[in-house]
Amino acid sequence: MSLEKILSKYPQKKEYLIEILLDVDEDKKNHFISEEEVTTIAKHLKIKESHVCSVLSFYTLLSSRERGEYIIQVCKDVPCYLNDNFNVVETISKHLGIEMNDTTDDRMFSLEFTACIGCCENAPAMRINNEIFVSLTKDKVIKIIDSKKGGNS
Amino acid sequence: MVNLRINNIDVSVEKNTTILEAAKKYNITIPTLCHYPDLHINSDCRICVVEIDGYYGLKTSCSTPVKEGMKIKTNSPKVLNARKTITELILANHDTDCPSCIRNMKCELQSLSRNLGIDTNRFENVLQRKEIDDNNPSLVRNPNRCIKCGRCVDVCKETQGMHVLDSMGRGHDMEITPAFGKYLNDEICTYCGQCANVCPVGAIIEKDNTDTVWEKLHDPNLFVMVQIAPAVRVSIGEEIGQQNGLIESGKLVSAMKHLGFNHVHDTLFTADLTIMEEGTELVNRITNGGVLPMLTSCCPGWINLAEQEYPEILPHISSCKSPQQMFGALAKSYYAEKEKLDPKDIYVVSVMPCTAKKYEASREELSVDGTNPEVDIVLTTRELAKMFRQMGIDFNQLDSVEFDNPFGITTGAAALFGATGGVMEAALRTVYEIVNEESLDDVDFHAVRGMQGIKEAEVVLGGQTVKVAVSHSLANARILVEQVVAGTSPYQFIEVMACPGGCIGGGGQPYGTTNEVRQQRIASIYEVDGKMVYRKSHDNPSIKALYKEYLTEPNSKKAHHLLHTHYNSRNS
Repeated sequence: MSLEKILSKYPQKKEYLIEILLDVDEDKKNHFISEEEVTTIAKHLKIKESHVCSVLSFYTLLSSRERGEYIIQVCKDVPCYLNDNFNVVETISKHLGIEMNDTTDDRMFSLEFTACIGCCENAPAMRINNEIFVSLTKDKVIKIIDSKKGGNS
Repeated sequence: MVNLRINNIDVSVEKNTTILEAAKKYNITIPTLCHYPDLHINSDCRICVVEIDGYYGLKTSCSTPVKEGMKIKTNSPKVLNARKTITELILANHDTDCPSCIRNMKCELQSLSRNLGIDTNRFENVLQRKEIDDNNPSLVRNPNRCIKCGRCVDVCKETQGMHVLDSMGRGHDMEITPAFGKYLNDEICTYCGQCANVCPVGAIIEKDNTDTVWEKLHDPNLFVMVQIAPAVRVSIGEEIGQQNGLIESGKLVSAMKHLGFNHVHDTLFTADLTIMEEGTELVNRITNGGVLPMLTSCCPGWINLAEQEYPEILPHISSCKSPQQMFGALAKSYYAEKEKLDPKDIYVVSVMPCTAKKYEASREELSVDGTNPEVDIVLTTRELAKMFRQMGIDFNQLDSVEFDNPFGITTGAAALFGATGGVMEAALRTVYEIVNEESLDDVDFHAVRGMQGIKEAEVVLGGQTVKVAVSHSLANARILVEQVVAGTSPYQFIEVMACPGGCIGGGGQPYGTTNEVRQQRIASIYEVDGKMVYRKSHDNPSIKALYKEYLTEPNSKKAHHLLHTHYNSRNS
């Protein structure tokens, strides 16, 4: 979907900024919002670019850097941290050969942290795109990632 | 009224008063850091926390309204410990090389640490150094000193309607930067410097030019002339420890001579000249069907906004250069010829309340011959005070010295340029008398005075009622400018100043410029005006002589060449 099409979906009001940003992010395989898109969105909503950037950089769902097709976001809040007895991040990092905030060479996976995703009772938890995975174990994490490699998301 | 107890003192205040305000009323000091009078309450820093009986946790006094029967402790060990911890954490992520910071001894974080009794920090410094942005002639943004209080964001976004700065990222990674971490000169920044004025630390400061000026003062081949703007003399007293900012201009001249300036001049002279040129331009536009309304052009922050965001407005802006530039142009033409000096050997320094003036002086078209700038360098009020300190000048020991000639005589009208509505009032005093060919009994135009954001007045000129308006702060300027762009503006003449209160509230003025301080400085401006022998620009004998001797008449070919300019759309 083109940016114009996304913009035309919503009323031309700044209250719709997050919806627009989420759509732009979701629309692209590499899940990011470019500088040009920020400029266009700011002009369209009659707000300043710094406002768009502020919102864009606040939410971990959104990014201004190109990312992979699957964005693995590991919750870094306290319950997840305390219940993590095998090191979720290290497991993913080793399995995919990437560091935190990196993307695999085949542009399939990005590894990121996220703020609390509301799954504290089943910690540790992570999110891949819009899907939540809880009560993680080492094997479970690897299995989930491998299932994505097959492309059946 | 709401009755409560703070530190066992009975307090009675109006409903909706915050705990902070209530405490202040009863002379109980609660320390603050992100809080700034006249700006929005952020409750970001949590330094102002207090303990309230029956409440869970500590509450921020800046944002918590009083309630009947509240029992508050502002200084319990729990409160003091929290404040201390917060401050230590801020310091742990801050460039604490205080002696090499421009805000040393004038830093709100430093004072706070001292008042809280912090002598060691329990936390290791974890600052990750970021690039300093000093890519423009006016302002330097040093993220290593930023404490993320958000004052600059608020003043830039709300007061100025610019929204160049905002908070990016979240948690401890949050930074305050322009969009995409760009430099200020890649943004639509007007260099008004309000951010620098409200910054509690040295994270946004003016580009310091004092070293260059010291060098030039000691260059035997240069004739160094300095001009001083009206707003500087009503505020610089604050910098040298006076309660009131006003300093007698004779002492100021004397102090400047001590610094080593060859000639000390008053920008009031070219403010008078501006009135002659701009007043004539206005009358011509009204009588010859020119582009109306005409908007004033003395404020470089406003010009930066117009050129970058409102290209349609440019034909409405008076072609007059600002008084600062008129002075430079005359110094390197009229004065050079008169004194048989090579313009290249004249070095013109300005002392301005303004950071945008530094950018203005660097504009290519505002040069004598394409290479020699009319004004070589601009110092802010704060930088001048710094030079006084470097020199160890004691104002109590100074004699009074007159401004140098030939620009020595000035008027009260010109002094008004420092306050919002001042250019308008000065222009009306002159235009009224010239057009109506009658003298004004009362020269004070009260309708254009004061801190109201947009002021309007009507005046009868040649039988025709002319509507005028005055705005200060860029958010207010936008309201009037958008009317003009939409074709709905009811005015013929509009004064626009970028900073709240006008130049007295400029970005280069002493720190702590609140509305209360602005009002005091404005009162001083009217005091200066009231004491002048001449109150109207066209009565100034030196101005008359200048026209007779050199410029022939207002808006003459020569006047146009030297004193007028053009604007460029920089809208992309």
